[in-house]
Amino acid sequence: MKRTIRVLVAKPGLDGHDRGAKVIARALRDAGMEVIYTGLRQTPKQIVNAAIQEDVDCVAMSILSGAHNTLFPKVVELLREEDASDILVVGGGVIPGEDIPFLKEKGISEIFTPGTTTDTTIEYIRKNIKRK
Amino acid sequence: MFDRDKLDEIKKGVESFDESTQKAMEKRPERKENFISASGDEVGRLYSPADLDEIDYMDELNFPGQYPYTRGVQPTMYRGRLWTMRMYAGFATAEESNERYKLLLAQGGSGLSVAFDLPTQIGYDSDHSLAEGEVGKVGVAIDSLKDMEILFGGIPLDKVSTSMTINAPASVLLAMYIAVAEKQGVSMDKLRGTIQNDILKEYIARGTYIFPTEPSMRLITNIFEYCSVNVPKWNTISISGYHIREAGSTAAQEVGFTLADGIAYVEAAIAAGLDVDSFAPRLSFFFNSHNDLLEEVSKFRAARRLWARIMKERFNAKNPKSMMLKFHTQTGGSTLTAQQPDNNIVRVAIQTLAAVLGGTQSLHTNSRDEALALPTEDSVRIALRTQQIVAHESGVTNTIDPLAGSYFIESKTKDIEEQAYAYIKKIDELGGAPKAIDNGYIQQEIMDAAYRCQKDIETERAIVVGMNKFTVDEEMPKDLLRVDMSVGEGQKKKLQKLKAERDNEAVESNLKALKKACQGDENVMPFILEAVKAYATLGEICGVMREVFGEYQQSVRI
Repeated sequence: MKRTIRVLVAKPGLDGHDRGAKVIARALRDAGMEVIYTGLRQTPKQIVNAAIQEDVDCVAMSILSGAHNTLFPKVVELLREEDASDILVVGGGVIPGEDIPFLKEKGISEIFTPGTTTDTTIEYIRKNIKRK
Repeated sequence: MFDRDKLDEIKKGVESFDESTQKAMEKRPERKENFISASGDEVGRLYSPADLDEIDYMDELNFPGQYPYTRGVQPTMYRGRLWTMRMYAGFATAEESNERYKLLLAQGGSGLSVAFDLPTQIGYDSDHSLAEGEVGKVGVAIDSLKDMEILFGGIPLDKVSTSMTINAPASVLLAMYIAVAEKQGVSMDKLRGTIQNDILKEYIARGTYIFPTEPSMRLITNIFEYCSVNVPKWNTISISGYHIREAGSTAAQEVGFTLADGIAYVEAAIAAGLDVDSFAPRLSFFFNSHNDLLEEVSKFRAARRLWARIMKERFNAKNPKSMMLKFHTQTGGSTLTAQQPDNNIVRVAIQTLAAVLGGTQSLHTNSRDEALALPTEDSVRIALRTQQIVAHESGVTNTIDPLAGSYFIESKTKDIEEQAYAYIKKIDELGGAPKAIDNGYIQQEIMDAAYRCQKDIETERAIVVGMNKFTVDEEMPKDLLRVDMSVGEGQKKKLQKLKAERDNEAVESNLKALKKACQGDENVMPFILEAVKAYATLGEICGVMREVFGEYQQSVRI
């Protein structure tokens, strides 16, 4: 039997806008996934530790403060150092289109910008998790 | 508001109107089964005098400038003076933000509104490890009085009023503002402006808290007390529903939760020994303006009436100024779309109209590109022009509270007042706003509403033009404003230089004195002011307070 998908929803950095993160967390949960939400002000290190401890399949991060180019890649980098590159990393928030190629190059699999439906995100995670 | 006999006649008329309409609808049904407001409340087909049956004009509305201030806090409103057009701005360095402020004032803006970056709002200097990637991003980076001197360079602080969106470290930034003014030769009793200083909504919705509830409430009452004596024209708090609404609340929750926070501040100040009329006239509010024009206008009117009643009946305020709810408004950032961003100009125009018809004292209009990035100068100018067009061309400023007496508006005003009051009663039962935040009640209510809203959009029960209907294929725009990564490096260098040049012994002794004051029960404001003047950094000052007070732990639920 396939195990339930586990997702860590995380808020890296100092940004306090958590409406999107919480809505996504609840939508993923309603879609049958197990969801752990970190709360605000998480450092990349804390996020990676939580991801490993909770044995998640996906880390979904949200930033609206503009710090995404610094913080998203750092999480991917630390996951790699911990030999956990098989965890899918996705991001969302107020992220200019111009930044998306850079973020993808750094290993963030997909970026969801404002207006994305929760179904789109759910489907993406289902199809793309690397751990089976 | 109407004659008994006439009212009976009207009620009969309403019945027969309903009947004949039902019949007509068999052939031509209405577009939808239910018509729902932006907050999810059902809206009726038609309102009539019958809906105002229980509204007594003198009790519930009265005249502008008269209790319960439903129709406005001033007797002349915009005929006397337009609202303050106050554009929230600030990014990158103090130098760049200073330029933007001068530009806004030159374009006819009438007050400043300072946006600080997140490290500043959370009490970290730019060289703190947690500040990495955040310096200068959502506002200007302020590490010490040096930055603040640059930020307000060439801007006469006795001439402008300045609003600062700063909460947990509000005492420190206010002290810096006072110190800059002093250097300009402006004494603090002449300063006009506002600090947000509303920690409860930070716990609820905005997230830039530092200290636990109790010491935070103490800092707030210290500011109330200090300013009532020394900075009498300063609005010591801006009790904010804005972020509660942005987090997803309904209009009635915005009013209910905000006024519940207001009650908590008043209670804390009274418990600290202050007389209600010594500080209450300087309390101000901050609300959101969303797209549902009539619901929003009703909301502002309901908030004014409810607060007046709370201050008079619950707190026995005697000074009418203590009962007047004065408020700043910002248009709703969360209503803007990243798709077809020019459509946002229209949304902001409607929201501007709502704020003005609702009797706001000042207004920030969002720029069309805010769902994408910080606004460009062109976008900010259009947003400011939107206010100016409403002020000078729309005609709505010619008469006071022009929508009063509308059957729907009065009925909706009463409805929102009642819904908001029910929330306040519930929060009272839970032991007041701080407790209702600690146990997650308020956050949960907001979250439920936010989730409903998202579902409504996804099922197209709610239409967002350009996003879930009337969409086009488009590329994401390119020429957005970006904050250079070098801002962080520049701030770090400035800090090194400052620490090498200042009198470090004076800094030490001032920080020690502050620590002692924090540990005791003296008012901390004079100690913060001295530390600031000695060029102690924001991070150092907040560091001392963190040591004494500890840090707030967020309760996390989804």
